[in-house]
Amino acid sequence: MVEIALPKNSRVQKGIVHKADKKLEKPRTLKIYRWDPEDPANPRMDTYEIDAADCGPMLLDALIKIKNEIDPTLTFRRSCREGICGSCAMNIDGQNTLACTKGLDETKGKITVRPLPHMPVIKDLVPDLTNLYAQYQSIEPWLKTDTPQPQSEWKQSREDREKLDGLYECILCACCSTSCPSYWWNSDKYLGPAVLLQAYRWLIDSRDEATGERLDDLEDPFRVYRCHTIMNCAKACPKGLSPAKAISEIKKMMVTREV
Amino acid sequence: MSEMRTPLSRVRGLGSAKKGTEHFWLQRVTALANIPLAVFFVSAMVAHAGADYVTVTAFLSRPIVALVMLLLIFSMVWHMRLGLQVVIEDYIHGHMAKLLALILNTFFALAVGTSSVLAILKLTLA
Repeated sequence: MVEIALPKNSRVQKGIVHKADKKLEKPRTLKIYRWDPEDPANPRMDTYEIDAADCGPMLLDALIKIKNEIDPTLTFRRSCREGICGSCAMNIDGQNTLACTKGLDETKGKITVRPLPHMPVIKDLVPDLTNLYAQYQSIEPWLKTDTPQPQSEWKQSREDREKLDGLYECILCACCSTSCPSYWWNSDKYLGPAVLLQAYRWLIDSRDEATGERLDDLEDPFRVYRCHTIMNCAKACPKGLSPAKAISEIKKMMVTREV
Repeated sequence: MSEMRTPLSRVRGLGSAKKGTEHFWLQRVTALANIPLAVFFVSAMVAHAGADYVTVTAFLSRPIVALVMLLLIFSMVWHMRLGLQVVIEDYIHGHMAKLLALILNTFFALAVGTSSVLAILKLTLA
Protein backbone atom coordinates (compact mmCIF):
# COMPACT_ATOMS: atom_id res chain seq x y z
CA MET A 1 0.00 0.00 0.00
CA VAL A 2 0.96 3.60 -0.44
CA GLU A 3 2.45 5.01 2.75
CA ILE A 4 1.26 8.49 3.62
CA ALA A 5 3.65 9.22 6.51
CA LEU A 6 7.40 8.77 6.49
CA PRO A 7 8.84 5.95 8.62
CA LYS A 8 9.88 7.16 12.11
CA ASN A 9 13.61 7.16 11.37
CA SER A 10 13.08 9.25 8.20
CA ARG A 11 11.08 12.10 9.78
CA VAL A 12 12.89 15.36 9.23
CA GLN A 13 13.99 17.21 12.40
CA LYS A 14 14.94 20.83 13.02
CA GLY A 15 18.66 21.17 12.33
CA ILE A 16 21.65 23.31 13.15
CA VAL A 17 21.49 27.07 12.43
CA HIS A 18 24.75 28.47 11.03
CA LYS A 19 24.38 32.19 11.70
CA ALA A 20 26.59 34.66 9.84
CA ASP A 21 29.25 36.13 12.13
CA LYS A 22 29.31 39.53 10.42
CA LYS A 23 26.91 41.98 8.80
CA LEU A 24 25.91 40.75 5.34
CA GLU A 25 25.40 43.10 2.39
CA LYS A 26 22.78 40.91 0.66
CA PRO A 27 21.80 38.25 3.21
CA ARG A 28 20.17 35.05 1.95
CA THR A 29 19.07 32.10 4.05
CA LEU A 30 19.15 28.50 2.82
CA LYS A 31 17.49 25.58 4.57
CA ILE A 32 19.16 22.39 3.42
CA TYR A 33 18.26 18.74 3.98
CA ARG A 34 21.01 16.87 5.78
CA TRP A 35 21.36 13.15 6.38
CA ASP A 36 24.47 11.12 7.01
CA PRO A 37 24.31 7.31 6.63
CA GLU A 38 27.04 6.94 9.27
CA ASP A 39 25.05 8.92 11.84
CA PRO A 40 22.07 7.13 13.43
CA ALA A 41 20.21 10.47 13.80
CA ASN A 42 17.15 11.36 11.73
CA PRO A 43 17.49 13.68 8.74
CA ARG A 44 17.37 17.39 9.61
CA MET A 45 17.05 20.79 7.93
CA ASP A 46 20.15 22.91 8.56
CA THR A 47 20.02 26.67 8.09
CA TYR A 48 22.85 28.67 6.50
CA GLU A 49 23.16 32.43 6.10
CA ILE A 50 25.25 33.63 3.17
CA ASP A 51 26.04 36.94 1.53
CA ALA A 52 24.63 36.91 -2.02
CA ALA A 53 26.76 39.99 -2.80
CA ASP A 54 29.86 37.83 -2.31
CA CYS A 55 28.56 34.75 -4.20
CA GLY A 56 28.03 33.61 -7.79
CA PRO A 57 24.54 34.10 -9.23
CA MET A 58 23.24 30.53 -9.13
CA LEU A 59 21.97 28.30 -6.35
CA LEU A 60 24.86 25.92 -7.05
CA ASP A 61 27.26 28.81 -6.37
CA ALA A 62 25.60 29.27 -2.98
CA LEU A 63 25.97 25.54 -2.19
CA ILE A 64 29.64 25.60 -3.19
CA LYS A 65 30.15 28.73 -1.07
CA ILE A 66 28.58 26.98 1.93
CA LYS A 67 30.75 23.90 1.41
CA ASN A 68 33.92 25.99 1.00
CA GLU A 69 33.37 28.55 3.72
CA ILE A 70 30.83 27.34 6.27
CA ASP A 71 30.34 23.57 6.33
CA PRO A 72 32.64 21.21 4.38
CA THR A 73 30.45 18.22 5.31
CA LEU A 74 27.60 19.37 3.04
CA THR A 75 27.34 16.77 0.27
CA PHE A 76 25.93 17.26 -3.22
CA ARG A 77 26.68 16.25 -6.80
CA ARG A 78 27.83 18.78 -9.36
CA SER A 79 30.02 18.81 -12.41
CA CYS A 80 29.48 21.04 -15.44
CA ARG A 81 27.76 23.99 -13.70
CA GLU A 82 26.05 24.89 -17.00
CA GLY A 83 22.98 22.65 -17.24
CA ILE A 84 24.36 19.89 -19.46
CA CYS A 85 25.54 17.13 -17.12
CA GLY A 86 22.41 16.80 -14.95
CA SER A 87 24.38 16.06 -11.78
CA CYS A 88 23.05 18.85 -9.56
CA ALA A 89 19.34 18.01 -9.96
CA MET A 90 17.59 18.66 -6.64
CA ASN A 91 14.37 19.97 -5.18
CA ILE A 92 14.57 23.75 -4.74
CA ASP A 93 11.60 25.46 -3.06
CA GLY A 94 9.45 22.45 -3.90
CA GLN A 95 10.39 22.28 -7.57
CA ASN A 96 12.80 19.76 -9.08
CA THR A 97 15.42 21.56 -11.11
CA LEU A 98 19.15 21.99 -11.67
CA ALA A 99 20.93 24.01 -8.97
CA CYS A 100 23.34 25.35 -11.60
CA THR A 101 20.66 26.96 -13.76
CA LYS A 102 18.45 28.22 -10.92
CA GLY A 103 19.30 31.85 -10.24
CA LEU A 104 19.34 33.01 -6.62
CA ASP A 105 17.39 36.06 -7.78
CA GLU A 106 14.61 33.75 -9.07
CA THR A 107 13.89 32.79 -5.46
CA LYS A 108 12.36 34.82 -2.65
CA GLY A 109 12.94 34.65 1.09
CA LYS A 110 14.28 31.46 2.63
CA ILE A 111 15.39 28.93 0.03
CA THR A 112 14.57 25.32 0.86
CA VAL A 113 16.78 22.68 -0.74
CA ARG A 114 16.05 18.96 -0.59
CA PRO A 115 17.23 15.93 -2.57
CA LEU A 116 15.09 14.71 -5.50
CA PRO A 117 11.84 13.40 -3.96
CA HIS A 118 10.96 9.78 -3.23
CA MET A 119 14.39 8.32 -4.02
CA PRO A 120 16.58 6.60 -1.44
CA VAL A 121 19.09 9.15 -0.12
CA ILE A 122 22.79 8.26 -0.15
CA LYS A 123 23.84 11.39 1.75
CA ASP A 124 22.43 14.95 2.09
CA LEU A 125 21.40 16.05 -1.43
CA VAL A 126 22.65 12.91 -3.21
CA PRO A 127 19.86 10.50 -4.25
CA ASP A 128 20.35 6.87 -5.25
CA LEU A 129 19.37 6.64 -8.93
CA THR A 130 20.45 3.01 -9.46
CA ASN A 131 16.93 1.91 -10.39
CA LEU A 132 16.51 4.72 -12.92
CA TYR A 133 19.83 3.91 -14.59
CA ALA A 134 18.90 0.21 -14.78
CA GLN A 135 15.57 1.19 -16.33
CA TYR A 136 17.45 3.31 -18.87
CA GLN A 137 19.66 0.33 -19.69
CA SER A 138 16.56 -1.88 -20.05
CA ILE A 139 15.23 0.14 -23.00
CA GLU A 140 18.51 -0.53 -24.86
CA PRO A 141 19.25 3.09 -25.76
CA TRP A 142 21.41 2.51 -28.81
CA LEU A 143 20.87 2.16 -32.57
CA LYS A 144 19.73 -1.36 -33.46
CA THR A 145 19.99 -2.53 -37.08
CA ASP A 146 19.95 -5.78 -39.05
CA THR A 147 21.00 -4.25 -42.36
CA PRO A 148 24.79 -4.58 -42.77
CA GLN A 149 26.70 -1.48 -41.69
CA PRO A 150 26.95 0.97 -44.62
CA GLN A 151 30.32 2.16 -45.96
CA SER A 152 29.62 5.66 -44.67
CA GLU A 153 27.22 6.82 -41.95
CA TRP A 154 23.57 5.72 -41.53
CA LYS A 155 21.67 8.33 -43.52
CA GLN A 156 18.72 10.31 -42.22
CA SER A 157 16.61 12.93 -43.99
CA ARG A 158 16.35 16.43 -42.56
CA GLU A 159 12.68 15.85 -41.69
CA ASP A 160 13.49 12.62 -39.84
CA ARG A 161 16.33 14.30 -37.98
CA GLU A 162 13.93 17.04 -36.87
CA LYS A 163 11.79 14.40 -35.15
CA LEU A 164 14.58 14.00 -32.59
CA ASP A 165 14.39 17.66 -31.59
CA GLY A 166 12.88 18.00 -28.13
CA LEU A 167 14.20 14.50 -27.30
CA TYR A 168 17.97 14.48 -27.86
CA GLU A 169 18.38 17.43 -25.47
CA CYS A 170 17.45 15.26 -22.46
CA ILE A 171 20.37 15.06 -20.02
CA LEU A 172 18.84 12.34 -17.80
CA CYS A 173 18.92 14.53 -14.69
CA ALA A 174 15.83 12.70 -13.33
CA CYS A 175 13.97 15.92 -12.39
CA CYS A 176 10.93 14.65 -14.33
CA SER A 177 10.80 11.06 -13.10
CA THR A 178 11.20 12.06 -9.46
CA SER A 179 8.42 14.67 -9.78
CA CYS A 180 5.95 12.06 -11.09
CA PRO A 181 3.50 10.66 -8.48
CA SER A 182 2.97 7.59 -10.62
CA TYR A 183 6.72 6.98 -10.55
CA TRP A 184 6.74 7.50 -6.78
CA TRP A 185 4.11 4.77 -6.29
CA ASN A 186 5.27 2.29 -8.94
CA SER A 187 8.90 2.92 -9.85
CA ASP A 188 9.62 -0.80 -9.53
CA LYS A 189 7.63 -1.44 -12.72
CA TYR A 190 6.75 1.91 -14.30
CA LEU A 191 9.65 3.23 -16.37
CA GLY A 192 8.87 6.88 -15.64
CA PRO A 193 9.02 9.99 -17.84
CA ALA A 194 12.80 10.28 -18.29
CA VAL A 195 13.29 6.72 -19.49
CA LEU A 196 10.13 6.78 -21.64
CA LEU A 197 11.24 10.00 -23.34
CA GLN A 198 14.51 8.21 -24.13
CA ALA A 199 12.59 5.15 -25.32
CA TYR A 200 10.61 7.37 -27.70
CA ARG A 201 13.84 8.96 -28.91
CA TRP A 202 14.84 5.51 -30.27
CA LEU A 203 11.32 4.56 -31.41
CA ILE A 204 11.10 7.64 -33.64
CA ASP A 205 14.67 7.41 -34.99
CA SER A 206 14.31 6.65 -38.73
CA ARG A 207 17.64 4.76 -38.74
CA ASP A 208 16.57 2.25 -36.10
CA GLU A 209 15.29 -1.14 -37.30
CA ALA A 210 13.95 -2.48 -34.00
CA THR A 211 10.86 -0.27 -33.58
CA GLY A 212 8.48 -3.22 -33.30
CA GLU A 213 10.59 -5.05 -30.72
CA ARG A 214 10.99 -1.84 -28.74
CA LEU A 215 7.19 -1.41 -28.71
CA ASP A 216 6.76 -5.09 -27.72
CA ASP A 217 8.99 -4.53 -24.71
CA LEU A 218 7.06 -1.43 -23.63
CA GLU A 219 3.59 -2.95 -24.21
CA ASP A 220 2.77 -3.53 -20.57
CA PRO A 221 0.14 -2.25 -18.11
CA PHE A 222 2.93 -0.90 -15.88
CA ARG A 223 5.95 -0.02 -18.01
CA VAL A 224 4.09 2.65 -20.04
CA TYR A 225 0.47 2.76 -18.98
CA ARG A 226 1.04 4.02 -15.41
CA CYS A 227 1.38 7.43 -17.08
CA HIS A 228 -1.86 9.23 -16.26
CA THR A 229 -0.84 12.49 -17.95
CA ILE A 230 -0.28 14.27 -14.63
CA MET A 231 2.19 16.58 -16.46
CA ASN A 232 4.52 17.22 -13.51
CA CYS A 233 7.31 15.94 -15.78
CA ALA A 234 6.84 18.69 -18.35
CA LYS A 235 6.62 21.31 -15.58
CA ALA A 236 9.80 20.07 -13.88
CA CYS A 237 12.06 19.60 -16.92
CA PRO A 238 14.88 22.17 -16.62
CA LYS A 239 15.56 21.80 -20.34
CA GLY A 240 11.97 22.70 -21.28
CA LEU A 241 11.19 19.31 -22.80
CA SER A 242 7.88 17.45 -22.55
CA PRO A 243 8.24 13.81 -21.51
CA ALA A 244 4.41 13.72 -21.26
CA LYS A 245 4.16 14.40 -24.98
CA ALA A 246 6.74 11.71 -25.77
CA ILE A 247 4.75 9.20 -23.71
CA SER A 248 1.50 10.09 -25.45
CA GLU A 249 3.31 9.57 -28.78
CA ILE A 250 4.36 6.09 -27.59
CA LYS A 251 0.73 5.34 -26.69
CA LYS A 252 -0.31 6.59 -30.15
CA MET A 253 2.22 4.20 -31.78
CA MET A 254 0.83 1.34 -29.69
CA VAL A 255 -2.75 2.10 -30.71
CA THR A 256 -1.75 2.63 -34.36
CA ARG A 257 -0.29 -0.85 -34.68
CA GLU A 258 -3.26 -2.47 -32.97
CA VAL A 259 -6.39 -0.59 -34.01
CA MET B 1 18.00 -12.90 -1.33
CA SER B 2 16.39 -10.55 -3.80
CA GLU B 3 18.86 -7.71 -2.96
CA MET B 4 21.63 -9.76 -4.55
CA ARG B 5 19.97 -9.58 -7.97
CA THR B 6 21.42 -6.94 -10.27
CA PRO B 7 19.36 -3.75 -10.76
CA LEU B 8 18.85 -4.67 -14.44
CA SER B 9 17.55 -8.12 -13.53
CA ARG B 10 15.10 -6.53 -11.08
CA VAL B 11 13.94 -3.97 -13.66
CA ARG B 12 13.46 -6.58 -16.39
CA GLY B 13 11.56 -8.75 -13.90
CA LEU B 14 9.22 -11.20 -15.62
CA GLY B 15 9.37 -9.21 -18.86
CA SER B 16 6.70 -7.25 -20.65
CA ALA B 17 3.09 -8.45 -20.27
CA LYS B 18 2.60 -7.71 -24.02
CA LYS B 19 -0.74 -6.09 -23.28
CA GLY B 20 -2.13 -2.85 -21.93
CA THR B 21 -3.05 -1.02 -25.13
CA GLU B 22 -6.48 -2.62 -25.40
CA HIS B 23 -7.28 -1.50 -21.83
CA PHE B 24 -6.05 2.03 -22.61
CA TRP B 25 -8.03 2.16 -25.86
CA LEU B 26 -11.29 0.80 -24.39
CA GLN B 27 -11.12 3.28 -21.52
CA ARG B 28 -11.02 6.10 -24.07
CA VAL B 29 -13.74 4.59 -26.30
CA THR B 30 -16.12 4.12 -23.34
CA ALA B 31 -15.29 7.65 -22.15
CA LEU B 32 -16.27 8.97 -25.58
CA ALA B 33 -19.52 6.96 -25.58
CA ASN B 34 -20.31 8.20 -22.05
CA ILE B 35 -20.46 11.84 -23.18
CA PRO B 36 -23.67 11.73 -25.31
CA LEU B 37 -25.19 8.98 -23.16
CA ALA B 38 -24.68 10.95 -19.94
CA VAL B 39 -25.95 14.16 -21.56
CA PHE B 40 -29.12 12.28 -22.57
CA PHE B 41 -29.56 10.74 -19.12
CA VAL B 42 -29.01 13.94 -17.15
CA SER B 43 -31.22 16.08 -19.41
CA ALA B 44 -33.98 13.44 -19.31
CA MET B 45 -33.84 13.35 -15.52
CA VAL B 46 -33.84 17.17 -15.28
CA ALA B 47 -36.81 17.32 -17.67
CA HIS B 48 -38.67 14.89 -15.40
CA ALA B 49 -37.79 16.61 -12.15
CA GLY B 50 -40.83 16.61 -9.92
CA ALA B 51 -42.81 14.30 -12.26
CA ASP B 52 -44.79 11.48 -10.64
CA TYR B 53 -43.82 7.79 -10.61
CA VAL B 54 -46.18 6.79 -13.46
CA THR B 55 -44.85 9.45 -15.83
CA VAL B 56 -41.21 8.54 -15.21
CA THR B 57 -41.71 4.77 -15.51
CA ALA B 58 -43.75 5.32 -18.68
CA PHE B 59 -40.89 7.38 -20.11
CA LEU B 60 -38.25 4.79 -19.18
CA SER B 61 -40.30 1.91 -20.62
CA ARG B 62 -40.41 3.39 -24.13
CA PRO B 63 -38.22 1.07 -26.27
CA ILE B 64 -35.96 3.80 -27.62
CA VAL B 65 -35.39 5.25 -24.14
CA ALA B 66 -34.78 1.78 -22.69
CA LEU B 67 -32.28 1.08 -25.47
CA VAL B 68 -30.28 4.24 -24.72
CA MET B 69 -30.46 3.46 -21.00
CA LEU B 70 -29.04 -0.04 -21.60
CA LEU B 71 -26.21 1.41 -23.70
CA LEU B 72 -25.53 3.91 -20.93
CA ILE B 73 -25.33 1.13 -18.34
CA PHE B 74 -22.96 -0.99 -20.48
CA SER B 75 -20.65 1.91 -21.26
CA MET B 76 -20.64 3.40 -17.75
CA VAL B 77 -20.11 0.11 -15.95
CA TRP B 78 -17.38 -0.98 -18.36
CA HIS B 79 -15.64 2.37 -17.96
CA MET B 80 -16.01 2.19 -14.17
CA ARG B 81 -14.43 -1.26 -14.04
CA LEU B 82 -11.48 -0.21 -16.21
CA GLY B 83 -10.93 2.99 -14.22
CA LEU B 84 -11.15 1.37 -10.80
CA GLN B 85 -8.75 -1.32 -11.99
CA VAL B 86 -6.15 1.36 -12.70
CA VAL B 87 -6.68 2.93 -9.26
CA ILE B 88 -6.24 -0.47 -7.58
CA GLU B 89 -3.10 -1.25 -9.60
CA ASP B 90 -1.67 2.18 -8.77
CA TYR B 91 -2.16 2.10 -5.03
CA ILE B 92 -2.48 -1.49 -3.78
CA HIS B 93 0.89 -3.22 -3.84
CA GLY B 94 0.46 -6.45 -1.84
CA HIS B 95 0.04 -9.25 -4.40
CA MET B 96 -2.85 -11.05 -2.68
CA ALA B 97 -4.60 -7.80 -1.66
CA LYS B 98 -4.33 -6.56 -5.24
CA LEU B 99 -5.68 -9.80 -6.73
CA LEU B 100 -8.59 -9.78 -4.29
CA ALA B 101 -9.39 -6.12 -4.98
CA LEU B 102 -9.28 -6.72 -8.76
CA ILE B 103 -11.64 -9.69 -8.47
CA LEU B 104 -14.03 -7.75 -6.20
CA ASN B 105 -13.91 -4.86 -8.68
CA THR B 106 -15.11 -7.15 -11.47
CA PHE B 107 -17.83 -8.66 -9.26
CA PHE B 108 -18.97 -5.19 -8.18
CA ALA B 109 -19.17 -3.93 -11.77
CA LEU B 110 -21.13 -7.03 -12.81
CA ALA B 111 -23.52 -6.64 -9.86
CA VAL B 112 -24.17 -2.95 -10.63
CA GLY B 113 -24.53 -3.66 -14.36
CA THR B 114 -26.86 -6.66 -14.19
CA SER B 115 -29.14 -5.14 -11.53
CA SER B 116 -29.46 -1.92 -13.56
CA VAL B 117 -30.17 -3.89 -16.74
CA LEU B 118 -32.75 -5.97 -14.89
CA ALA B 119 -34.50 -2.80 -13.66
CA ILE B 120 -34.72 -1.34 -17.17
CA LEU B 121 -35.89 -4.65 -18.69
CA LYS B 122 -38.56 -4.98 -16.00
CA LEU B 123 -39.90 -1.54 -16.88
CA THR B 124 -39.79 -1.89 -20.65
CA LEU B 125 -40.99 -5.51 -20.92
CA ALA B 126 -43.67 -5.25 -18.22
